[in-house]
Amino acid sequence: MTSALSPAAGPATERRRRGSVVWHLGALVVLAVVLYPVIWVAGAAVKPSKDIVGSLDLIPVEPVWSNFSGLADGISGISVGSFFVNSLTYAVLAVVGVVLSSSLTAYAFAKIRFAGRKLLFTLMIGTLLLPYHVLLIPQYVLFRHLGYIDTLVPLVAGKFLATEAFFVFLMMQFMRGLPKELDEAARLDGCGHLRTYWSIVLPLSRPALITSAIFTFINAWNDFMGPLIYLNSPSKYTVSLGLMMFRDQEGISNYGGMIAMSLVALLPVLAFFLAFQRHLIDGMATSGLKG
Amino acid sequence: MTLVKDSPTAPGRERLPALAPGRRGRRRETLAGYLFMSPWLAGFLLLTAGPMIASLYYAFTSYNLFTPPQWVGLDNFTTMFQDPRWQKSVQVTLKYVVVATPLKLLLALGVALLLAQSRRGQTLYRAAFYLPSLIGASVSVGFVWRALFSDDAVVDRTQQVFGIDWGGWIGNPDHVLYALVALSIWQFGAPMVIFLAGLRQVPVELYEAAEVDGAGALRRFWNITLPMISPVLFFNVLLESIHAFQVFGSAYVVSDTRCGPADATLVYTCYLYQKGFKESQMGFASAMAWTLVIAVALVTAVLFWSQKKWVHYADSADSTEAAT
Repeated sequence: MTSALSPAAGPATERRRRGSVVWHLGALVVLAVVLYPVIWVAGAAVKPSKDIVGSLDLIPVEPVWSNFSGLADGISGISVGSFFVNSLTYAVLAVVGVVLSSSLTAYAFAKIRFAGRKLLFTLMIGTLLLPYHVLLIPQYVLFRHLGYIDTLVPLVAGKFLATEAFFVFLMMQFMRGLPKELDEAARLDGCGHLRTYWSIVLPLSRPALITSAIFTFINAWNDFMGPLIYLNSPSKYTVSLGLMMFRDQEGISNYGGMIAMSLVALLPVLAFFLAFQRHLIDGMATSGLKG
Repeated sequence: MTLVKDSPTAPGRERLPALAPGRRGRRRETLAGYLFMSPWLAGFLLLTAGPMIASLYYAFTSYNLFTPPQWVGLDNFTTMFQDPRWQKSVQVTLKYVVVATPLKLLLALGVALLLAQSRRGQTLYRAAFYLPSLIGASVSVGFVWRALFSDDAVVDRTQQVFGIDWGGWIGNPDHVLYALVALSIWQFGAPMVIFLAGLRQVPVELYEAAEVDGAGALRRFWNITLPMISPVLFFNVLLESIHAFQVFGSAYVVSDTRCGPADATLVYTCYLYQKGFKESQMGFASAMAWTLVIAVALVTAVLFWSQKKWVHYADSADSTEAAT
C-alpha cells in the first residue's frame, strides 16, 4: 500500500494512469463474472417461479416474498427449520472436535520431541493426498456394524480424532512460529505439557484456531456426500439433503421456494465470509507456502 | 542446541524433562508425545489404516452388506475393466481433470499476477474472488448452476446472441460436463490465494536487476516469476488434480442424481456411489476405490518425479541474485 506511489516524470505518470485504468477494468470484469451467480440467486429468490430461469433481470422490478413465506409450510411434513438445526448441530460438533483434537496433535508435532515423530508426520501428510473414497465403504461397514447409521456419529467421529490433517498442519505451522522462549519459560517454571498447551500455546494460537474453526464449520455446512450416505430419515436431514428432497418432491411445483431456501442456506457461509475473510484467506495462503 | 546453563541444584533438573537430555526425560517426552497424539493415532488406525486394509480385502470379495464377504479373487477387477459404464466413468473423469484443472490454474495464476500489483481495492478484489471457493461445493450453488446453464437461461441466451444455440448445457449430453468444468473454474480463488502468497515472496531486487538489464515483461515473467513460484505451482497442480479426480457433489446436483443425461457426467465417484450404495455391490465398489487410489498415486508419483525438471527450490535464487 505505502510504496505504490513513486515520483515519476510526466509521460511515465501518464502511462501509469493508463495502466491503472486497464487494471481496474480487468479486475471489474472478473468481479462481475465471479459475483454474478451470487447476485443472481438473491434476485431469483424474490421472483415468481416461472420467471426465475428465463428472466434476464438480475433484480426484479417488483420483488415477491411469497417464496420465503411458503417455506414456513415445510417440505413434505418436515419443517425447514429442522434441516437448519440439524446442519447447525453437525457443524458445531465438527468445530469442537477439530479444534480440540487437531490442536492436541499439532502441539505434539510442534513442541514435543519424541521418537517416531518424523514417521508419524509423514503418515499424516500422506493422508492429505489419499482419496477419501477408499475409506467410504469400509467406514460405512464399520459404522453400520456399530449401529450408528442415521446418526451424526459417523459424520463427526473423524473430527474428534484429528483425521483432518490439513488443520493439524495449519495449527502446527502456527505453533512453530510462536516464540520458543514463551513455552520454554513455562516449562522451566515447572509447567507440564498439558499446562503449557492449555495456558500458553492454545491462547496464543487463536488465529489458527479461528481459521480452522471457520473452515470446519463451512465444510460441514456444505457437506453433501457424508449426510447422503449416512442419514436416512428426513427428520435428521441436513440442509444439503433437505434441498435435494425439496428438488425431488416440489422442485417443479415450487421452484421459487427451492431457490429461496438455497439462498437462506448460503447465508451462514456468506456471513462468516464477510466477518472473517482475512483469517480464511491467510489460512489458505499459508497452506501453499510450506507445501 | 542446548545452551541452557547447568543448574547446580539437582531437584530443579528433575523437573525439567524437556531440557534435561537424560534418558528418563526423553522417555517421559515420548510418553507425553504419544498421549497428545492419541486422538490422531486412534483416528489414523480406526478410520484410515484399518479401513484401507478392509477395503483392500473387500476388493477381492463379493459383498452385499447382508451376507459375509465371499472371496472371488480378481473377479471384481475383470468385470470392472470390461464394464462399459466403468469405462465411460474413467473417460468422463479424465476429461474433467484434464480440462478443468489447467484452465482453473491458468485463470488463478493470471488473476494472481493482476492482483500482485499493489493498487487501490486490491484486498477487496482478492476477498471477492475467493468467495466462490467457499460456497462452490454447496447444493445451493449446484442449483444455481443448473438454472444458469438451462435452456433459455442466461448462458444460453448469451450464446444465442452469437448464433450458437445448444438448447442449454444441462440437458445436453455433449455439453453438460462443461457446465461442471465451468463450476470448477469459477472456484479459482483458492489456488489464486496460494499463488499470490508465492508471488509476494519473490524478491523485488530480482525484477529491478532484470529491468536494468533491459528484460521485457514477458521475459521477466518467464525467467524470474515462473521459476520462483514453481514450488507453489507444483503444490497447486498436485492438489487441484487430486481434488478433480474426486469430484462428486457437483455431478450429482448440477446434472441429475443419476449423473446423466446419458451418463455424460458419470464421474468416477458417482459410479462408485451407485455401485456401492445403490446396488450394494461393496466388493465391486472397493475394487473401484482401490483402482482410483492407484491412479491417483501414479499421478502423484509422476508429478513428484517431474518436479526435478521444472520446480526450483530456494537456493536457485541465490545464483540469480549473484548476477546482480
